[in-house]
Amino acid sequence: MKSLRSLFGGDVRQFTMLGALVALLLFFQIMTGGKVLTPTNMVNLINGNSYVLILAIGMVMVIVVGHIDLSVGSVAAVTGIIVAMAIRDWGIPWWAGMLLGLFVGAAIGAWQGWWVAYVGIPGFITTLAGMMLFRGLNQFIGKSNSVPVPDEFQFIGAGYLGEWGPNTGLNNPTLLLGILAAVYVVWHEWQLRKKALRVGAQPQSYTIAGIRAGGLILIISYITYLFGSGRVGTSFPVPGLLLVGLVILYHVLTQRTVIGRHIFAVGGNRVAASLSGVSTKHTYFFVMMNMSILAAVAGMVFIGRSTASGPFDGNMWELDAIAAVFIGGAAVSGGIGTVTGSIIGGLVMATLNNGLQLMGVGSDRTQIIKGLVLLLAVAFDVYNKQQGKPSIIGLLFRNRSAPEDSVDGGAETPPNVDPRTAEVAVVGAEPTNVTAHEQHPSADAQDKEGRT
Amino acid sequence: MTHVTLEMRHITKVFPGVKALDDVSIAVRRGDIHAICGENGAGKSTLMKVLSGVYPHGTYEGQIVLEGKHVEFRDLKASEHAGIVIIHQELALIPELSVTENIFLGNEVVRVGLIDWDEAHIRTLELLERVGLHIDPNLPIKALGVGQQQLVEIAKALSKDVRLLILDEPTSALNAEDSENLLNLLRGLKQRGLTSIMISHKLNEIAEIADAVTIIRDGVTVETLDVADEPLDEDRIIRGMVGRSLESRFPAHTPNIGEKFFEVRGWTVEDPHVAGRLVAKGSSFFVRRGEIVGFAGVMGAGRTELARSVFGRSYGIYRSGQIFIDGKAVSIPTVKSAISHGIAYVPEDRKTLGMNLLDTIRKTIVAAGLRKISHLSMIDEDAELIAAEEYRNSLRIKTPSVNEGVSKLSGGNQQKVVLGKWMFTEPEILILDEPTRGIDVGAKYEIYGLIQRLADAGKGVVVISSELPEVIGLCDRIYTVCEGRISGVVDHADADQEKLMRLMTTTTANAA
Repeated sequence: MKSLRSLFGGDVRQFTMLGALVALLLFFQIMTGGKVLTPTNMVNLINGNSYVLILAIGMVMVIVVGHIDLSVGSVAAVTGIIVAMAIRDWGIPWWAGMLLGLFVGAAIGAWQGWWVAYVGIPGFITTLAGMMLFRGLNQFIGKSNSVPVPDEFQFIGAGYLGEWGPNTGLNNPTLLLGILAAVYVVWHEWQLRKKALRVGAQPQSYTIAGIRAGGLILIISYITYLFGSGRVGTSFPVPGLLLVGLVILYHVLTQRTVIGRHIFAVGGNRVAASLSGVSTKHTYFFVMMNMSILAAVAGMVFIGRSTASGPFDGNMWELDAIAAVFIGGAAVSGGIGTVTGSIIGGLVMATLNNGLQLMGVGSDRTQIIKGLVLLLAVAFDVYNKQQGKPSIIGLLFRNRSAPEDSVDGGAETPPNVDPRTAEVAVVGAEPTNVTAHEQHPSADAQDKEGRT
Repeated sequence: MTHVTLEMRHITKVFPGVKALDDVSIAVRRGDIHAICGENGAGKSTLMKVLSGVYPHGTYEGQIVLEGKHVEFRDLKASEHAGIVIIHQELALIPELSVTENIFLGNEVVRVGLIDWDEAHIRTLELLERVGLHIDPNLPIKALGVGQQQLVEIAKALSKDVRLLILDEPTSALNAEDSENLLNLLRGLKQRGLTSIMISHKLNEIAEIADAVTIIRDGVTVETLDVADEPLDEDRIIRGMVGRSLESRFPAHTPNIGEKFFEVRGWTVEDPHVAGRLVAKGSSFFVRRGEIVGFAGVMGAGRTELARSVFGRSYGIYRSGQIFIDGKAVSIPTVKSAISHGIAYVPEDRKTLGMNLLDTIRKTIVAAGLRKISHLSMIDEDAELIAAEEYRNSLRIKTPSVNEGVSKLSGGNQQKVVLGKWMFTEPEILILDEPTRGIDVGAKYEIYGLIQRLADAGKGVVVISSELPEVIGLCDRIYTVCEGRISGVVDHADADQEKLMRLMTTTTANAA
């Protein structure tokens, strides 16, 4: 067990989920008699879900910080129509259209971020309003018509990398990407080793590192073969590549940067974060704005694939994205969640859709199954966390059932929640067991930000 | 005439590692106002929780006898059923609901499955009359002042056929006039035969109103004073409360005090929730290098509010006052600027204010000083690990790895992590709010040693503590705070508990 842990670098959870995804793929592969793991189907699966997965990247950050964004589908749609009409009616080049799309996303994000961070409207309300507002704007601007986009857009929505170089029997760009990924795996293992030596820790044995690297390279090889061996002219799809790029970017952003730390700090304990000098307002603003920019990207990828922007684009995407994030292990109360987990969660949903469809299961039963999977995945998570793993949900339950620590801490604290602090708990990220020890100093540091 | 309403016999309550109550006995006569006194953490509230069933029968030893009958309460509901109603320091009213709705919350006047609002209104008016409150019962609670809310709480208690009313610090949030009203009401209720227990730090009020006083110290009943035997006076009560010697609970330390470098003048702050109520009233204090300065005061005196307000105005509404560092006036409007001015504030409640319980030790230690380990916003994980290991070693945090979650640590080790988090910001002045609350004696000793080391390194350390022996044993100079005002300052050499207690509890006498 211990060596299993070290094999996965301590992050067993994420590998369990990856395992579930692989098992699901294999299950459908067998049940459909081999229709799932084919180049064409896999390209379809990625192209058909890339926009939801792009949304999930932003959504996990919103959920970690303690909010939710219901407007992403509408924001994607309004961005799509503005870009399509600007290209058609003003005759701007396609690349300027893409830049315009990003700008529209940023502007909408600033709008929503302002309401959430500076006015103090919960994200749920702000974006519920945004969901209606931007859907209406999409239909108002486009007069509820579909507007076509130029062919160049298809490249980001459903494009391939093309063919060049010698005949290797595989698509060369895909092969190159596979080789780069494999090289990275080896380099990363090497870095881990170097780092362990640098800080004076015991590096992992060559066997474990070798098995891990070997396993990953095997998977990469298979993926490379799968996508590289398709019809001539097809490769690993461009939306997939864009997605991989964004995942890497945001993985680093959330795990390795100051703003990433701030997002987790605010989501985990808003008051403690602000007493540590973190501006909760800036953090909220950044996260909400970032979400809308990603929604704009998703919208442009989608119109590229469907070759036009229509009045019902992006319908219900927000719910798919939110489901992906929660299946991916994020906590409803904030503070917990990862970009990679959410992507895996999204892929689990996508695989279910795809596999059930190929098995000939109707959309009625597909919905039922997806609903149950979401519920069970989160229930499994909640159960795990109650078993003593750090989680807000677990802590709340523990504090409620047993009075806490010793006399000094517990004796002077009545068990009821101070109504004044309970008020602010509406936002959702608040640990509700904040009782005032001395008078009411638990009023959070936010108060002053609003007044000075 | 000595009919006893309530008797608690030989109550012993043990928490993991601590004996909160040790063989406590108390007898309350019918129709009396019986006060319970003791320092913070002496066990008063624990005793009341035992009585009211918050700690159910079976989790403590001893017997409770109510009106001659043994009672065993399983929960709060059971004790209320028996006529024991407890009113907490923080009111348990729901601000959005009306007075009537609050009074009958959980106890609604029901007729054939529906609430009979007419009847409820009539009964509310009667109850309000009894507590002398003349307001519209349809008003939402949030429209009332704290004093009126307190009276609504009492009306709510009366609605339940209360036989024994327990008031936990009933006047701590009230101004002088409201306090006086409340005390008069209690006298009136007493004349109509209501028995009440009152927990209070305001000894002048107790001396004025109580028929008997039971003093608890460190979980043990010290004595019960009876008005019938001798008139109560504050000095007599104080003597009972503090009568204990200072053991060698503190590491030996010779202070090396330098020049004055941090000063606050005329600091005035308004309560963010109650308009017009000042939690700090023109407070001035200073700290010298290498000095450990104590802030003593009863709960609710405004020490934490003052500290948090000075720390980047992170509490309340700033009204006036100035901060001087090295003689220069500085403006510190945010926590961020407080940190960059070298101020650190370690909050009293480490779990809700001090850290993110979802984080690991290593992330917690660098959480307030990310700029030190990041370049262009990218965090240098090696530097983070090195910093975490450094504090783990120097503070002797007991953990298998700095990658463990902070929620798994014991209270003492959590406190060390939070201290480490603030030491990592390289502060010049550290404000430690109840640094040893809820941690065991051994860990306390270590924390004291750390505080002394910080002072010896030329930092200024402010220690806010409710434990007088701690303040006296640790601090070079002690400010006493009373009702938002700094009511006195005492040097280490002159400090004793009686003197401090007097400064902490006498309000007007000293200010005049």
